[in-house]
Amino acid sequence: MTEPPGTAVSLTEPPPPTDVPSKPLTAQRVLPLRRPGRWIATAVVLVLAAQFVHGLATNPFYQWDRFGYWFLRPTILDGLLITLEVTAYSAVLGLLGGILLALARLSRSPVLRAVSWTYVWALRSIPLIVVLLFLYNFSALYKTLSVGVPFGPAFFSFDESKLATDMVIAVIGLSLNEAAYAAEVVRGGILSVDQGQHEAAAALGLPKGYQFRKIVFPQALRSITPNYVNQLIGLIKSSSLVFYVSLLDLFGVAQSMGATYPGDVVPLLLVVTVWYLILTSVVSVVQFYVERYYARGATRSLPPTPLQKLRAGLADLRARIRREAAV
Amino acid sequence: MTSTALDTAAATVEVRDVHKWYGAHRVLNGVDLTVRPGEVTVILGPSGSGKSTLLRVVNHLEKPEIGHVSLNGELIGVRRQGDRLKELSERAILAQRSRIGFVFQNFNLFPHLTVLDNVAAAPVATGKLAKPEALELARELLGRVGLADKAAAYPRQLSGGQQQRVAIARALALRPGVILFDEPTSALDPELVGEVLSVIKDLATSGTTLVIVTHEIGFAREIADRVVFIDDGRIVEQGPPSEVLDKPRHERTRDFLSKVL
Repeated sequence: MTEPPGTAVSLTEPPPPTDVPSKPLTAQRVLPLRRPGRWIATAVVLVLAAQFVHGLATNPFYQWDRFGYWFLRPTILDGLLITLEVTAYSAVLGLLGGILLALARLSRSPVLRAVSWTYVWALRSIPLIVVLLFLYNFSALYKTLSVGVPFGPAFFSFDESKLATDMVIAVIGLSLNEAAYAAEVVRGGILSVDQGQHEAAAALGLPKGYQFRKIVFPQALRSITPNYVNQLIGLIKSSSLVFYVSLLDLFGVAQSMGATYPGDVVPLLLVVTVWYLILTSVVSVVQFYVERYYARGATRSLPPTPLQKLRAGLADLRARIRREAAV
Repeated sequence: MTSTALDTAAATVEVRDVHKWYGAHRVLNGVDLTVRPGEVTVILGPSGSGKSTLLRVVNHLEKPEIGHVSLNGELIGVRRQGDRLKELSERAILAQRSRIGFVFQNFNLFPHLTVLDNVAAAPVATGKLAKPEALELARELLGRVGLADKAAAYPRQLSGGQQQRVAIARALALRPGVILFDEPTSALDPELVGEVLSVIKDLATSGTTLVIVTHEIGFAREIADRVVFIDDGRIVEQGPPSEVLDKPRHERTRDFLSKVL
């Protein structure tokens, strides 16, 4: 840092007249503070990151050639499809169940509130794997399922062993579990909507169903979305537990292939890892746009998309370079 | 109901011996009030006097414990069963509310809907108008409150004064027989109060029945046919502004006016 001209004061000479500085101070841009610590930290982190990537690429332990062999194998893709199916069905059913549970919890009926609370309490307490194994053994406990008058005659019944395929068991188990968590997410979202919105809807005489579908729920979705996506990402990964009810999902396939080809266990785990990374990334991108959609009206202007951000960033950089060049 | 629901004839509101309490806290202690068609009634009173509660009892946002409210002779929120009053179903109450306009202190516009949809939503949802007619009506009403150019905006992109004018247009879209205003300018910056008051003044001169809770004494003097002063959940005195505001008979009214004027 150099002293700005015109401010040095010496004892022998009279101070220079203050009205003739070389350039008025207000005409120049303020010099930004230099931050050497930040540069050093950046360098250290970059070196460590480079080392990690180099290790990943060159360590023969990972067997990247075997990774390439397995990554798009039909058997892996079949497993991926099962994972997607199980997750998609459970995400939708879980959310619907969660909405019903949340409405029950917020209702004026103490019975509905208690039932909803108990369900959430029970399903959040029991490990998912236990729920799945229970359901898996369910057909042994109840041979047939009947629809009819409770405790009375049955109208028609199902042979449960035919109804309960591995897929159905997996989806039911995950949905039951998911609904308990979704219920709390949805309830939180509904509670986050301002009381004045309920009042305005009631004062206008909007029908009850319309109030929920068109006024309260769309606003609740703004806070439901990030929480539910969080939940969804957890669901994608917990769907790997369906392996224990003999459904071969992505993880299940890798596991059984690993048993057949013990030398390929590590590349198979990498294949699984990369696929889960891809799934999570896709969900995150979708999340961004869903959130942006439901932000309409909530903020004065919508957050920029990544493309818009990139363009703005480039324009910014160009302007800065031009400025620096001019100095 | 189909044809009368759309007529804009100003309504009569009658409040009879209304009591309202929350636990041991008594908010309204036997209020009687008659608002004649086309009349502009301004309710004044210190904070906590029950004036907002009274307004909310009229459209049954609050249920009176004793007493009743009627609109053109029809009981609101209840029906007679022998010599007792019985609560109506929620659906029936909602249908009644769609004939009573309500404007909130904090606007309570729907932030996720455009200004146009905010105004057009209720006539469509309550089955009074088909969507195209509702949109046309909404445009017309936005023009009337001077916001025709803001139809596509979202409420949070507007100033407070503009939002309150949209809220008034939203209330008008149901062609209510009476419009209730709950401190419509209290949440506004001082320079935005005038634009909202002038919209309300237009309504007053067009013959709509209005009941307004406000602290704007000057405005009350200008547009009110009747001023009602309420304290401790009771009407202390009421009459034309020249009497209640200029020659109040009660000590409490004088005391209140000396503080706000």
